Amino acid sequence: MLTYLINGISLGSVYAIIALGYTMVYGIAKMLNFAHGDVIMVGGYMAFCATSYLGWPAVPSVLFSVFVCTILGIVIEKLAYKPLRNATSLAVLITAIGVSYFLQNAALLIWTSNPKAFPNLVNFPGITIGSAQVSSVALVTIIACIVIMVALTLFTGKTKMGKAMRAVSEDKGAAQLMGINVNGTISLTFAIGSGLAAIAGVLLCSAYPTLMPTTGSMPGIKAFTAAVFGGIGSIPGAMLGGILLGIIEIYAKAYISTQLSDAIVFAVLIIVLIVKPTGLLGKKIKEKV
Amino acid sequence: MNEKKQETKLVSIPSPNKIPERDLGKMPVLEATHLGIDFGGLTAVEDFNIAISPTEIAGLIGPNGAGKTTVFNLLTKVYQPTRGAIFLDGKDTHGMNTIQVNRAGIARTFQNIRLFDKLTVEDNVKIGLHNHIEYGMWNGIFRLPKYWSEEKRAHEKALELLSIFDMQDMANVQAASLPYGAQRRLEIVRALATGPKLLLLDEPAAGMNPSETSELMDNIRQIRDTFGIAVMLIEHDMKLVMGICESIAVLNFGKIIAKGTPSEIQNNPEVIEAYLGKRKEV
Repeated sequence: MLTYLINGISLGSVYAIIALGYTMVYGIAKMLNFAHGDVIMVGGYMAFCATSYLGWPAVPSVLFSVFVCTILGIVIEKLAYKPLRNATSLAVLITAIGVSYFLQNAALLIWTSNPKAFPNLVNFPGITIGSAQVSSVALVTIIACIVIMVALTLFTGKTKMGKAMRAVSEDKGAAQLMGINVNGTISLTFAIGSGLAAIAGVLLCSAYPTLMPTTGSMPGIKAFTAAVFGGIGSIPGAMLGGILLGIIEIYAKAYISTQLSDAIVFAVLIIVLIVKPTGLLGKKIKEKV
Repeated sequence: MNEKKQETKLVSIPSPNKIPERDLGKMPVLEATHLGIDFGGLTAVEDFNIAISPTEIAGLIGPNGAGKTTVFNLLTKVYQPTRGAIFLDGKDTHGMNTIQVNRAGIARTFQNIRLFDKLTVEDNVKIGLHNHIEYGMWNGIFRLPKYWSEEKRAHEKALELLSIFDMQDMANVQAASLPYGAQRRLEIVRALATGPKLLLLDEPAAGMNPSETSELMDNIRQIRDTFGIAVMLIEHDMKLVMGICESIAVLNFGKIIAKGTPSEIQNNPEVIEAYLGKRKEV
């Protein structure tokens, strides 16, 4: 019982970290970056390459992965999304799907479709809380999630870059007229989101150690679901949505059916959205008259 | 493109405004020459010439749809002018974007209030201070000493600016929940925070009652005196315009039809005609 809960929170933490990327980009650039899931996969492969090919220890490998994904996020935004800044949201959405397929196929070309065994980066023993066994990976995941949540809340709430991000998310034009570099702020958002995706990728691959070019798509979609579930655009919403989704998924797997677990997860999303269309912590959108 | 470059080479025209005595012999802070913009086939502003001296309060008036806000949008490069040039402190702003113009010293408020509603009053001011808070990415993430000292400085500066309007007590209130008049005042504070040489106010008194308006007049004068900056305002409230502006330009159908001191404007037959229509011969 308790073990399931902890496993749920652990899986949910990964979803939450990914969902943060979706929600931040949506909040600031008002676009759904469907390539986000594939950045996770790139993050996984980067850590895999650093450890397996270069023989680097865990921490530098993760940092390397974060670094590459941060750059990748900025480059994707500059090349694919920035030219479409004033285009319809549908055009940007289609572009994002295009970028997603591009990344998957590029990975297919480089690493082939053979699954790679992800090395064990977390090698200390787990702990026991009461009757529950907590694996070291679950522990690291939960701690990482808490640290990220606190750091991100402080960053967006208390620093000038964070405030600029919130200002840009509300009114790009007015922010620009106050001298805020809107393009730079959007780049920064993509950089943070992609850096977090890399961490999520490493954590995900540590928990489920097979790495394929499609590794990122399902967690990506579920994290997107989590972001919508919690209220897209809201950082605490993404956290809450992610963790709840993880818990629901693990309990559905344990008590109902392993095959049906994904169906149940999405059914919950549909129900929440029928009852509360803006998500759990989403704010009502003011209609402009 | 080529056409645009040629147009900007025009020689700047001498200021037709009466320069306030304290500004005599100083270079105008803003000079627009033959400024014009077309939207498709429609000419919204045509041959707009103005020079504003460093501590002048200038008014821009005209009937609805005359192109007043378009002029502000041209000066702040929300729209790139089709013709003409804008000089800020004698420097051509050709090719600059909105952000660069703001950093060079033009700040503005909006006709329909555009505060950052979800941010607090203080944070709205801090957005204005953004380019004056000097710490980088890493300082922000790891909260190094530089972060603390700069944030403390920004906090003090924000409160100091808010105190112009006696708003320091509202620093932690969400901007959206401020009463209407206070929102208008906060917009002015936010614009001031960017450290402008020229403050553009787009209908600052809109929706204010007579006592609020007269208080605002004092505030605008006070801002000019303490910061030593020029103010250009668009306003329909003639009491305010005639009361504080040292020079007034009247815009009608995108063209300046009259310029002068308040008393000159009040007695100008063309202005009266633009506002009230032509007197019919009986």
